[in-house]
Amino acid sequence: MIIAKQIDSNNKIKNFKKDLIFKKNQTGSLIPLLQSAQDSYGYIPEKTIHYISEIVNIPAAEIYGVITFYSQFRLKPLGKNVIRICEGTACHVNGAKNILNALKDELRIDVDETSDDGLFTLQSVACLGCCSLAPVIMINDETHGNLTTDSLRKIIKKYINSEKQLGD
Amino acid sequence: MKQIKVGLGTCGISAGGKIVYKELLNEIKNNKLNIKLKETGCMGMCYNEVLVEVVDGNKKYLYVDVTADKAKEIIKQHIIENKPINEWIIKSDDITEKDNFFDKQKRIVLRNCGLIDPTSIEEYIEQKGYKAIQKSLKEYSQKEVIDIITKSGLRGRGGGGFPTGLKWKFAHDAKSEKKYIICNADEGDPGAFMDRSVLEGDPHSVLEGMMIAAYAIGADEAYIYVRAEYPLAIKRLKNAIKQCEEKNYLGCNCFGSEFNFEIKIKEGAGAFVCGEETALIASIEGKRGVPRIRPPFPAHKGLWGKPTNINNVETLANVPWIINNGDKAYAKYGTEKSKGTKVFALAGKIAKSGLAEVPMGMTINEIVFEIGGGIKNGREFKAVQMGGPSGGCIPASMGDLKIDYDEITKTGAIMGSGGLIVLDDTTCMVDLAKFFLNFTQNESCGKCTFCRIGTKRMLEILERITIGEGKEGDIELLEDLAVKIKNNSLCGLGQTAPNPVLTTIKYFRSEYEAHIKDKKCPAHSCTSLLTYTIIAENCKGCTLCAKKCPANAIIGKAKEVHIIDQELCIKCGQCFDVCKLEAIEKF
Repeated sequence: MIIAKQIDSNNKIKNFKKDLIFKKNQTGSLIPLLQSAQDSYGYIPEKTIHYISEIVNIPAAEIYGVITFYSQFRLKPLGKNVIRICEGTACHVNGAKNILNALKDELRIDVDETSDDGLFTLQSVACLGCCSLAPVIMINDETHGNLTTDSLRKIIKKYINSEKQLGD
Repeated sequence: MKQIKVGLGTCGISAGGKIVYKELLNEIKNNKLNIKLKETGCMGMCYNEVLVEVVDGNKKYLYVDVTADKAKEIIKQHIIENKPINEWIIKSDDITEKDNFFDKQKRIVLRNCGLIDPTSIEEYIEQKGYKAIQKSLKEYSQKEVIDIITKSGLRGRGGGGFPTGLKWKFAHDAKSEKKYIICNADEGDPGAFMDRSVLEGDPHSVLEGMMIAAYAIGADEAYIYVRAEYPLAIKRLKNAIKQCEEKNYLGCNCFGSEFNFEIKIKEGAGAFVCGEETALIASIEGKRGVPRIRPPFPAHKGLWGKPTNINNVETLANVPWIINNGDKAYAKYGTEKSKGTKVFALAGKIAKSGLAEVPMGMTINEIVFEIGGGIKNGREFKAVQMGGPSGGCIPASMGDLKIDYDEITKTGAIMGSGGLIVLDDTTCMVDLAKFFLNFTQNESCGKCTFCRIGTKRMLEILERITIGEGKEGDIELLEDLAVKIKNNSLCGLGQTAPNPVLTTIKYFRSEYEAHIKDKKCPAHSCTSLLTYTIIAENCKGCTLCAKKCPANAIIGKAKEVHIIDQELCIKCGQCFDVCKLEAIEKF
C-alpha cells in the first residue's frame, strides 16, 4: 500500500516535469503548470516556483502574485485528512456556523490550519454545490450532510479512532 | 428490455448514489438479469436523492430516497417479480402523481438532464442532438443565426441579462482573422448550482451551443472556463469533447462543412471575480484575475487582444433548442422583456430544495409554495434572497412579484445566475447581509479602493451591530458607504457588493434598529445578543443541560429546577439543543 502510494506520487512528479517541458512555449500556461505542480506535490514548494520561473520566463515574484491571488493554491502541505466545511448561503442559514465552531472545538485548530499531528487540515469553501444536504462538510472525498453538532462530533471521533488504530 | 437509471450528479453522489449504483450492478450480475443500468445527471429533485428510475417499455417508475437495501428490494420485487413497489414510487404512469414538483415547470435548458446518459453522445443525438448546428451550417447564414437568437429574446443567464443576439452581433461585426468563444462556467455564487447540473447532466448541449455561437460570429477556437471545484463536470466535459472530436463534430471541416472549431478546457483556480468578463480573460491568459476598464469591450478586444464572445453555460444550453424549435416557440414563454425560461436553484429553508426551470414571469409565491412545497418545518416565510452576493432580499410581502429581469432589478436585488435562497423567521437579516459582505470583501481583487477598503469598513460596522455594539447613525453610514462603493468600482463585483446590505436596510430596517437600539436580535440568531433562561415550570431537574454546559454555568441539583448563571454563560446554545422538555428559552 505504502509502496503503491510512493509510485503514484513519483509518477505524478514525472507528469509535472513533462508538463513543464510540454507547456514551455504555450501562452497562458502558468496557471495549468501551477495546478500540475500542486497535483504532484500536494502544495507548491518554493523550489518549483523557481523551476517554473526559469522555464516560462516569468519572474518568481509575479508567479507568487498569481499563487496568492487564487484560493486554490497552497504554499504549505496539507494534513492527512482534509476537512472542507461549506460556507455557502444555504449552509449558512441552516447553521453552518455552529458546525464550524464544533469542528474547531473538536480538532483544536482554526480554518486553514493543520493539526500538530498532521492528521487534519480544516478548510472553508464557498459552496460545495449540494445545497439540499445543508449543512454539509466534506472529509477527503466523502460528503456528510444534514449535520447537527452531535452527528458531526460522532463523525470526527470515528476518524480520530480509525487513525489511532492505524497508529497502533 | 428494462432499463434502470440512477441520478449521479454531485448531489446524487453525495447522498449515496454510487453505493446504490454498485448494489444494483451486483444484484443484476448475481441474478443474471438482462437489464441495462445507466447513470444520468441531476433530475432536479435534490430533496429526494437518491433517485432511481425504472424504464419498462413505455412505462417509467421513479423511485425516491433509495438506499442500498431498497435497491435490492427494487430488483427483487419490481424487476424479477414484476411488482412495482408503489409506496416508494413518486411518479409513474400507473399511479397519480404524488408530487407536483414538475407540474409548473417548463424544461428547455434541463431538457435532457436526468433523461439521458451524459457520457453517451449517441443518447444526446437521439434527442435531436447536433441537429441545430447542422441546420445552422446548411440552411442559415451567420446573420440569420444571429437574427433568430435576437428575435427569440434570449438574454444572458449569467446575471447581467444582456441580449445574447446583440452580443453576438458585436462580435460578428468586429473585423479580425481570429476570434474566440468563451463559455463562462465559473459558477462562483454560493448557493447556485444550475450550471454545474447542466454540465454534469447534459454537457453536449453546451458544446453545441458553443458551436452555433462560433459559427455565428466566425470564431474557430473556444475555451470553457470551469471551476476546479467541479471535478465531475470537468470529467464529463472532457469526455464529451473527445467524443465530438472522434465524430469530427469538432476539428477541421466539422460536419463536412468549411467550419473549423476546437474547444479547450481551462480550470479556474478559485476567484469569484473571475466571473467578470475581463477578469476571466486575464485568468485564461495566466495572470491574476483583475478586471480592466471597458471599453474596449471583449467583443472588440478580448482574449489575447482578439474579438471574443463570452456566454454563460445556461445561455448556451438554450441556443440549440431555439434553433431547432424557432424563435417564436421560445418567445412564447416569459414576459414582454424577459423571454423563455430560467433555471432556479432552490435552497435554504425550503421544503423541496432542488433545481426548477420555470417560464419567466412566474411569481415568487408560485415558485416557493407550488413548486418548492413551502417552508421547511412549517415555519413562517420571511424573504427570498436572489442573485447571491450581488443580489438582495425580497420580503415575503412582495411574493406576488413576477420574476423577470426588470421587475427584480426594481426591488434592488438582481436576477443573478438564479440562486434562490428561501429564508424563514429564524434568519437574521443583518447577519445575512454580513455573510454576503464577508464573501465579497474576501473576493474583492483589490484594484479599486472603494471596493477594497469600503467593503471592509462596511463589514466592520455590521460586525459591530451583530455583537451589540452598534451606534446611532450606523445605518446612515452604511448607506453612505454603499452608494460610494457602487459609484466608484470598476466591475460588477464592487458595483453590486452593497446590494445585500441596501435591500435588507430597505425592507427590514426595524431589524437593524432592534440590534442597535435594543441590543436584541428579533430572529434569535445573533448569539451575542441572546439570553438563555430556564422556564421553572418545565424543568424537571434532569441535569442533562448542566452536564452538557461547557462553561459550567448551569447550577442545580438533580430533580430540582436549574438556573443559568448569566455571568458565566457563553451563549453556545448547547443546553437549548439538548433539553427535551422545552424548558430552556432564548430571547
